[in-house]
Amino acid sequence: MIIYLARRLWQSVFLVFGAITIVFLALRVIPGDPASLILGSSATPDELAELRQSMGLDDPIFVQYIRHLGEVLRLDFGESWRLGGDAFAAVLERLPATLTLAGYALLLTLLIGFPLGVYAARHPGKLVDRAVSYFSLTGQALPSFWVGIMLVLIFSRMLGILPATADGTPIALVLPAFTLALPFLGWLARLVRNGTLEELGKDYVRTARSKGLSERVVFNVHVLRNTLTPVVTVLGLVLGNFIADAVIIEQVFAWPGIGSLMIESIVNRDSAVAEAAIVLIAVFYIGLNLIVDVLYFHLDPRITLETV
Amino acid sequence: MSKAATASKAPAEAKERPARRLTRYGIAPLVAATVLGLFILTALFGPLLVPYDSVATSVADRLLPPGSVVSDGSRALLGTDQDGRDVFAQVIAGSRVSLLVAVTVVAVAGVLGLVLGLLAGYYGGWLDTVISRVGDMQLAFPSILLAILLAGALGPSLVNVIIALAVTRWVIFARVVRGSALSVRNREFVDSARVMGASDLRIMARYIYPSCVQPLLVAATVQVGLTMVAEAALSFLGLGVPIDQASWGSTIANGRDYLASAWWIAAIPGIALTLVVICIGLLGDAGRDRGDRASQAVMR
Repeated sequence: MIIYLARRLWQSVFLVFGAITIVFLALRVIPGDPASLILGSSATPDELAELRQSMGLDDPIFVQYIRHLGEVLRLDFGESWRLGGDAFAAVLERLPATLTLAGYALLLTLLIGFPLGVYAARHPGKLVDRAVSYFSLTGQALPSFWVGIMLVLIFSRMLGILPATADGTPIALVLPAFTLALPFLGWLARLVRNGTLEELGKDYVRTARSKGLSERVVFNVHVLRNTLTPVVTVLGLVLGNFIADAVIIEQVFAWPGIGSLMIESIVNRDSAVAEAAIVLIAVFYIGLNLIVDVLYFHLDPRITLETV
Repeated sequence: MSKAATASKAPAEAKERPARRLTRYGIAPLVAATVLGLFILTALFGPLLVPYDSVATSVADRLLPPGSVVSDGSRALLGTDQDGRDVFAQVIAGSRVSLLVAVTVVAVAGVLGLVLGLLAGYYGGWLDTVISRVGDMQLAFPSILLAILLAGALGPSLVNVIIALAVTRWVIFARVVRGSALSVRNREFVDSARVMGASDLRIMARYIYPSCVQPLLVAATVQVGLTMVAEAALSFLGLGVPIDQASWGSTIANGRDYLASAWWIAAIPGIALTLVVICIGLLGDAGRDRGDRASQAVMR
């Protein structure tokens, strides 16, 4: 167990390191000369040389990379030229908005997807079951940014019952959270449905039935508990995806989170902020994957190291 | 008693099967194939019949609803946008970009993934470790984030969008191919080829490759749809194809600012995209059902 945890932890550290490397390559190597980007086309060669010198851009790329790794470990991503001040602080300031959005989306996925899956499992082959199995396939292929815009069109512009953009009220969460949740609703429902059907066919259900328990008790006490394990672990992965997908969806709803900050920074070539945002999202994503693996272990005592 | 237990579950399975079989092997793939055929024809020949010029704006024809007659006397079937350009022509021009990007990305990433996957699966050892670890690193990163990052760094152009998306997709193909290669590399027919003195290259090309084709094709079908959505998302964010080329994503982005007065600008390209992507999904699904082995490789 300890060995497994240590191995997973080491793997995650490796992945974070990889993510930092990929971001470094994309933001510092591909775009050419950051100095001329910062100073603009009116800069004199002397000014450019001076800035390059002070930014350490004259050093070999490998030296820059090592220095950069050290800076990232100290959470020092540099200054934002657009916002002024520390880039990481600017990202942290936007973090709560994204987490709130992803959290509500998770809640929606669970509140709608779980009952839907249970219902589909209890009535296999019926309308709801077929809808769930169809929607789980198409849901994730939908262009969710467009679905979000259409929801704005219907619920804000036509019906006028929900706000289209973040205005500080909790009800402004409804549309963006639902847009985020939509692709995963059918997916979760199908997962719950398949898990429930599998559990219903197991021996302990027959035992429970044969000792005279009512169908309700058999289902609510025995079956549901066992279907919860995979759901809990999968929700961690879904949350990671929500934080990543929020990058686009926040843009649709002008939601003041990390995602919209990241896009603004990339469009404006504010690479310090863009980098801080991406590294933070990647760390979240990798961390959630790690937590899911550990939880999976913890929740189901039948899983041993051999079965992993 | 145990028979009774399995029997109690069996009807449930049996009940859902006929319905699913009907939708999967019945008319659904046929309808999907027809829609996709129309889409490909439109992308290939549509721009020749209905040319689109991003510079040709007409202030008098701004934001006209679908079916309006524009100033030059023709009918704007799907309305006009904020600069008086025909939405129908824009959607058709967008279909070409969408198809071009998706097919090129999947072809480039597919070939790259095929080669790397074959090498990793066949040789194993350090080569496999390196390829798999790089793949893990990339998959630890939400793929749309990587695409946004690369497209942003490279700047908006059609080629850059293709590069950014191909870089994010090769891993999927490499994994599928590696999985199939691993499952056959120690089978008897491969061993016998080895005993006969066939070179590694020949073994990979003649004996390993054929077993990778079907899972690869299924993965490619799914990825064409996902790539189309990714391209539209990049263009929607302003990081995709440049503004002088119509993309469904950038048309949707334009339309977002005019939702209250001209819903058709954002709605129509999105409907086209959704329709095409769902049809690709249906076809991919039908293909996946063909072979169990293929589906297992894709799921892995």
